[in-house]
Amino acid sequence: MTLKASQADLSVSLWRRAIDLLATFAAGSAVVLVLLPLGAVFGYLVYKGIGSLNWAFLSQTPKPVGEAGGGMANAIAGSALILGIASVIGVPVGIGAGVYLAEYGRNRLGDLIRFTADVLNGVPSIVIGIVAYGIVVLRQRHFSALAGGVALAIMMIPTITRATEEMVLLVPTAVREAAYGLGVSRWRTTISITLRTAMSGVITGVMLAFARVAGETAPLLFTAFGNTYWNWNMNQPTAALPLQIFVYAISPFDEWHRQAWAGALVLIVLIVVSVSAVRLVAGRGMLKGSS
Amino acid sequence: MGVDIQVEHLNAWFGKTRAVHDITLKMSANHATAIIGPSGCGKSTFVRCINRMHETVPEARVSGQIRIGDLNVYNGTSATQVRRRIGMVFQKPNPFPTMSIYDNVAAGLKLNGFRDRRQLDEIVERSLTMAALWHEVKDALRKQSGASLSGGQQQRLCIARALAVEPQVLLMDEPCSALDPISTSKIEELIFQLKQRYTIVIVTHNMQQASRVAEYTGFFLLGNLIEFDKTEKIFTNPSDKRTEDYITGRFG
Repeated sequence: MTLKASQADLSVSLWRRAIDLLATFAAGSAVVLVLLPLGAVFGYLVYKGIGSLNWAFLSQTPKPVGEAGGGMANAIAGSALILGIASVIGVPVGIGAGVYLAEYGRNRLGDLIRFTADVLNGVPSIVIGIVAYGIVVLRQRHFSALAGGVALAIMMIPTITRATEEMVLLVPTAVREAAYGLGVSRWRTTISITLRTAMSGVITGVMLAFARVAGETAPLLFTAFGNTYWNWNMNQPTAALPLQIFVYAISPFDEWHRQAWAGALVLIVLIVVSVSAVRLVAGRGMLKGSS
Repeated sequence: MGVDIQVEHLNAWFGKTRAVHDITLKMSANHATAIIGPSGCGKSTFVRCINRMHETVPEARVSGQIRIGDLNVYNGTSATQVRRRIGMVFQKPNPFPTMSIYDNVAAGLKLNGFRDRRQLDEIVERSLTMAALWHEVKDALRKQSGASLSGGQQQRLCIARALAVEPQVLLMDEPCSALDPISTSKIEELIFQLKQRYTIVIVTHNMQQASRVAEYTGFFLLGNLIEFDKTEKIFTNPSDKRTEDYITGRFG
């Protein structure tokens, strides 16, 4: 009698263990499927690019066709300049719009902004480039880092806006009320309490937008344009890593192909490093036990 | 020092629904007044009218008059001005999650532009001491987040935060409903001491609590103030049949 019962128990527990194992395996293989393409891309980049990667590549400007050596230092610096301009314009506008939508945006205007942001998010990047060409390049009468920065900023704004809105909406009403209860004005509460509470999520949104535009080529084609020399003037045509990779990749020269691979590897490493660095710095002020 | 709270013909609405009907009563300085009644009877809404928190809800509306000492709450002043005189403690402890214990207590002053660091240190220590939390947290003031404390400690932190701005009135909206009995008794002890300096209004579901901490009690039902009297009278010899039914547990 008792033996029978325990045998039944055993078969139930075996069945459960099997299901458990199956579910764990299914979830695990899904993770592998997600990570596989990333690993493959990165592995292939290292395999193709590492050979051309040396100090000269990181410190010199491109050499004329036929001469060996040279590098993409000016393109790395140019990318930093353009992304800097894009962040200076895009981050405040995006965060400001997101806070507006979350705190004051339950009306027609809010719906209109949300709709516009979503549509803007779906506009092909080359079209954004044309817009920046129209509003900056035509007015300045030449290509510039500023035009490239404006194009990338326009691409960053909708992503940052919607991410900020969602993160600010997640802050519980109770936290806002605690501030109101202390006699803190509404705008002060929004900036010092609500936005601050949502900050780590907002930073994630910003870094997502940054990483996405850092690899964009199309909007830079007729805005930043590219440059084979050093340039720190934001009103002049400027090299950028994705542009340089594009130009080298479609060229007929083997040496340039190899450099394009190395450039792609540098680009992906720089994006990962800058995103991690921002997370590290932002996380440093975190207190024990805070969420 | 606490001040009297005088409420006259107070009505409060959410959209078209009237949650509080024509309330008139006086809560006296340096005493605790308990507000009891079944869920949804308008107790919280009533208390939230006193510091103009009710109007932060969309479509909420208030009519009538409230005077806190010489301050006319709904006339000739701003909501922030009113709230600086009135501390509020909420049902669920709500410390600012990204701030340290110290910053939580100092928040009301800092966010209103107070910068003197030496004085801030003193005020933080005094407020935490009054809230009976100082000895438990004094070594972790700046290292630990307010959210890392236990529920009862968080609620005392919220009390300290409210006291730091030196209010005249303390509103407590079911301050113990999320706490265990030990934390509850700590908070009740605290209310006893705070009465000497503040006028306290406490909403509670717990009738024993009302009789323990409050000199006066008001019984609310469906948005109306049914009876308001000395706590003893309400619990031993109520004048209204509905009050009697409620406190003897026949409904609610």
